[in-house]
Amino acid sequence: MTILKAAGLVKRFGAVDVLRGIDLEVQRGERIAILGASGSGKSTLLRCLNFMELPTAGRIELNRRILGSERRDGQRVYRESELTGVRQRVGMVFQQFNLFPHMTAIGNVMEGLRTVRRKSRAEARARAEKELARVGLADKADAYPAHLSGGQKQRVAIARALAMDPELLLFDEPTSALDPELVGEVLNVIRALAEEGRTMLLVTHELGFAYHVATRVIFLSGGTILEDGPPDEVLKNPRQDRTRAFLASHRQFSF
Amino acid sequence: MAAHWDFASVFANTDALLAGLAGTLRLFAICLVLGLGLGLVVGLARYAHNRWLYVPATIFVEFFRNTPVLVQILWFYFALPILLPFEISPLAAASLGISLNSAAFSAEIYRGGIQSIERGQWDGARAIGMRWGQAMRRIILPQALKRMLPALTNRAIEIFKMSTLASAVAYVELLQQGKLIASLNFNPIEAYTAIAVIFFVLLWPLVQFTYLLERRLKRDE
Repeated sequence: MTILKAAGLVKRFGAVDVLRGIDLEVQRGERIAILGASGSGKSTLLRCLNFMELPTAGRIELNRRILGSERRDGQRVYRESELTGVRQRVGMVFQQFNLFPHMTAIGNVMEGLRTVRRKSRAEARARAEKELARVGLADKADAYPAHLSGGQKQRVAIARALAMDPELLLFDEPTSALDPELVGEVLNVIRALAEEGRTMLLVTHELGFAYHVATRVIFLSGGTILEDGPPDEVLKNPRQDRTRAFLASHRQFSF
Repeated sequence: MAAHWDFASVFANTDALLAGLAGTLRLFAICLVLGLGLGLVVGLARYAHNRWLYVPATIFVEFFRNTPVLVQILWFYFALPILLPFEISPLAAASLGISLNSAAFSAEIYRGGIQSIERGQWDGARAIGMRWGQAMRRIILPQALKRMLPALTNRAIEIFKMSTLASAVAYVELLQQGKLIASLNFNPIEAYTAIAVIFFVLLWPLVQFTYLLERRLKRDE
């Protein structure tokens, strides 16, 4: 069943075309790894899917509902209430965590439940405790982000996203800002979510992780999808030269 | 000529000083709330990308930052009633002058504070479905206020001291009462010294309190 569908997605920043017509369908339960060189538009694609960036052109459907409405000049416009609704159903985890530094770990996880969902304090706390336990941080509930390691911060950020019951999770290079020894704990949490059958899109440079966890790999280049298929195909037998060059540059120091 | 200090004539007028103190505190409270409150509204308008908010807010800030408060108070008291068909009390004139001036200055503090918060905080807030107002109130402003506290403290001190300008329209506050005591008892040294000391004794604890507040807000670091 299709959760999300993007058609002809274009994003332009000034004179630069970052996305040049992306067509993408995401089925429930799919785990899609998005690969590509820096500047290929990976992060922008992800940010367009939950409208952190408004697409310049193209349409996005969520659960078969087309978002926004077309103005007379053809430009799509979106109401704020529609976009905040989409973002509650499409969770996002960032490279830089973006935890709220003035709130404790559990305060971060409770915030969406309290402010957006209007849940009672007790209900929000119970749910937040559950999510923190899921990412292995029950004992850090009352710690402020400044007192957590990078890996712990990212796990709190994942718990914060999970608390909103998203149908789809977007991960934007979730381990790129971490010290190497902290990458594993975050990838383990993401892998556990994968095993639950959650739908996710993951921008990553961890090719091994993409190979083992993703059900589908997309290779982005110059703002278009160059390759799209199962990990075995895209990572082991890429069809395009540019994909092969990218994979080779990422493997040059492996042994 | 050696001056002979004698504060007896000041203590004899304690009632007048208390009335002045009450007037000063009332004016301070009004201007603190109006000045910093309106300043937040104007600061948000200055931060907005909407031209219809940004342009009027900018005109407001530039006008009131670049005209003296004393002139504004005198203008509201003496000029405004000629232009409009109603009387204005000394308290209202002084409150208007000081509040509008403080709003203009604090608007720039708010705008700068809000702008200093990293984009990622907006991302984090929007990603869990917050509206603009929710993100501002729950995520951006609390962090910005912490950074702005020293500057806002300065504004509060300024507002407190600017209250003396209300004596120009004969509003009963500390300096006005000091002038009165000095002219009735021929003791300007003691009268004005007493006023200065009273201001220090009132303001110093206020500043200490904000230091305490700053330390308390740092517990998340």
